[in-house]
Amino acid sequence: MGEGLSDQSLADYAGVSAVAIEGVTKRFGDVVAVDNINLDIADGEFFALLGPSGCGKTTTLRMIAGLEFPTSGSLRIFGDEVGTLPPDKRPVNTVFQNYALFPHMNVLDNVSFGLRMKGVEKKSAATQAREMIELVRLDGMEKRKPSQLSGGQQQRVALARALVNKPKVLLLDEPLGALDLKLRQDMQHELKSLQRELGVSFVFVTHDQEEALTMSDRIAVMHDGKLLQVGTAEELYDQPVNRFVADFVGQTNLIDATVIDDEMIALANGTKIKAPNPYPGGTKVAMSLRPESISIGAPEDVPEEFRPTSLHGVVQEMNYLGHSHVYTVGVDWMPLEVRTNATPTSIKYEPGTEVAIWWDRRSDWVVPDEGYSS
Amino acid sequence: MSTTRQLRGGTRWALSLNAFLVYLFFYAPIALLVFYSFSDDPLVGRWGGFTLGWYRDFGENQEVQNALSVSVKVAIISTLVSVVLGTMAALALERYRFRGNRFFDALLYLPVIVPDVTMAVMMLLFFTEGLSLVNTVFGTNLAKGLATVSLSHIAFSISFVSIVVRARLNGMNEKLEEAAQDLYASRWQAFRHVTLPQIMPGVVGGGLLALTLSLDDVVITQFVSGPGATTLPVYVFGLIRRGVSPLINAVSVVMLAASILLVVLSLVAQRARGESAA
Ligand SMILES: Nc1ncnc2c1ncn2[C@@H]1O[C@H](COP(=O)(O)OP(=O)(O)O)[C@@H](O)[C@H]1O
Ligand SMILES: [Mg+2]
Repeated sequence: MGEGLSDQSLADYAGVSAVAIEGVTKRFGDVVAVDNINLDIADGEFFALLGPSGCGKTTTLRMIAGLEFPTSGSLRIFGDEVGTLPPDKRPVNTVFQNYALFPHMNVLDNVSFGLRMKGVEKKSAATQAREMIELVRLDGMEKRKPSQLSGGQQQRVALARALVNKPKVLLLDEPLGALDLKLRQDMQHELKSLQRELGVSFVFVTHDQEEALTMSDRIAVMHDGKLLQVGTAEELYDQPVNRFVADFVGQTNLIDATVIDDEMIALANGTKIKAPNPYPGGTKVAMSLRPESISIGAPEDVPEEFRPTSLHGVVQEMNYLGHSHVYTVGVDWMPLEVRTNATPTSIKYEPGTEVAIWWDRRSDWVVPDEGYSS
Repeated sequence: MSTTRQLRGGTRWALSLNAFLVYLFFYAPIALLVFYSFSDDPLVGRWGGFTLGWYRDFGENQEVQNALSVSVKVAIISTLVSVVLGTMAALALERYRFRGNRFFDALLYLPVIVPDVTMAVMMLLFFTEGLSLVNTVFGTNLAKGLATVSLSHIAFSISFVSIVVRARLNGMNEKLEEAAQDLYASRWQAFRHVTLPQIMPGVVGGGLLALTLSLDDVVITQFVSGPGATTLPVYVFGLIRRGVSPLINAVSVVMLAASILLVVLSLVAQRARGESAA
């Protein structure tokens, strides 16, 4: 939160969203990039916008930054309608995709740029910039040009350049996308702890669901310009609202089925399975079964209580991943992925073996098959 | 695998000869020009011993000095103005989408492809008509001179400047301007601190091009200049008609030296920018 706030204005802030998006639509000619979305991002929250490429994440972020104006709808930052306010009048800063560092300026000048533009006197701007450079652990590199830095270091400069302005909301557009895996994982931790330390809301755009799940307090899943679901990682993982979210977040088996009644569904081959659901009989649905919540064993070994939630099949493939075995089990009409912990005592099932698979009734999840909005 | 093909002896020999002939063709006239500018004989092409006399003449001849001063004034004015206007045109065409954008785009290239003589006649007509209209309406007594020469040089230089600057703008990451705005820069500040430094090599290159074009031009200048506004190339052209003297050689050598200096300067400027941007 900004420094010079009185207690009164702090009280005013209590309960006000950092970013409130209401019915916002953005069109580019015929393309509807963002389609009537509603979103509240709390102060101090690590919030991810997740979705496949082209779903409207960047456009949403740019509207918050003021680099794009909504075609319709309302957008507020800490209660103030920002509508068509230009970017330099908003208390937010952006870490751009591929960083957009100024190539002709050294690290210090890049980082102090925002302060200088706000009219902070040169010496004081340099002092604050140096502190921020230290915070992102780039001290000693002040005089280097961006081209003399590694990808990870450039990423830190971009971060420092934005954070030095003490934004109320920091926007990050796929900030780790250009880094290799190891560095990306390190930076995930660093970003997360930096955010906790500063207590500033981070709005983080990514197409990498794993990244979103590990880093964020809450996640919004977008598809085709629409907002499908907003929730914590657990909510998205365990209770996806539709087939798209179930498929996109984490790995899962999606089994086509039809609702019989509120207790039972019929799978594609007619097998009746116990699966409580809120949908009317006859609705086309998909049952989502996570690979790690399925057990595998000999057909005669299915425990009594799991009989109503079991299927027979044949092992088609087995892969050993160090900590787990991943099986592809062919049931009548489709292959299913099953993941078991690999312990010294666990039995391996070779390809060709007839097996049964079963799961706890609480670990399946029925989602509507058609239509992406719930 | 190297993609360079191994050339057989004969081919290689022919290519070398070709290169030699091309360079000879380029530089023999220059060598002759320089050589005879030091010749102490009033006839060009006859060696009469070494002298610096023609260069002394160049320094002392009042007409030459006047022409030189007109050339320099026109070149400086037209370069400054066309750099500013050409850069602005490039920015407008490259950064903003507006009605008629493509039409203006095409129009901008026109002065580059229109033959000099056509351009010269158009300019002459325009200034004659324009000046007589102004003189009738305001009762003034304006005539062709330094101003008309400068204006016409500006007119053809703008195109060249904006083409060079646009090439540079095109290669620039436009996210940089957004980043500047996101960091509280106004549009002007974003231009001043981010865009301009990025396109500077283009602006400098365009400026040197404008300078060279202005210092070189004979055809258009001859049509639109009035008494007292003779530039150096136009003066040289006039001298030739009166009969060739080695003074022309000396003047030409000085102009050549100035051109070479400009090219070297532009290379140095771009080298320096390139290093600081790298
Ligand atoms: N300036 C623009 N002009 C036209 N279409 C655009 C523009 N920006 C984005 N779009 C379109 O809007 C959609 C969403 O784009 P974007 O927000 O960049 O997606 P994401 O960041 O999720 O990959 C895409 O179909 C894209 O082509
Ligand atoms: Mg994007």
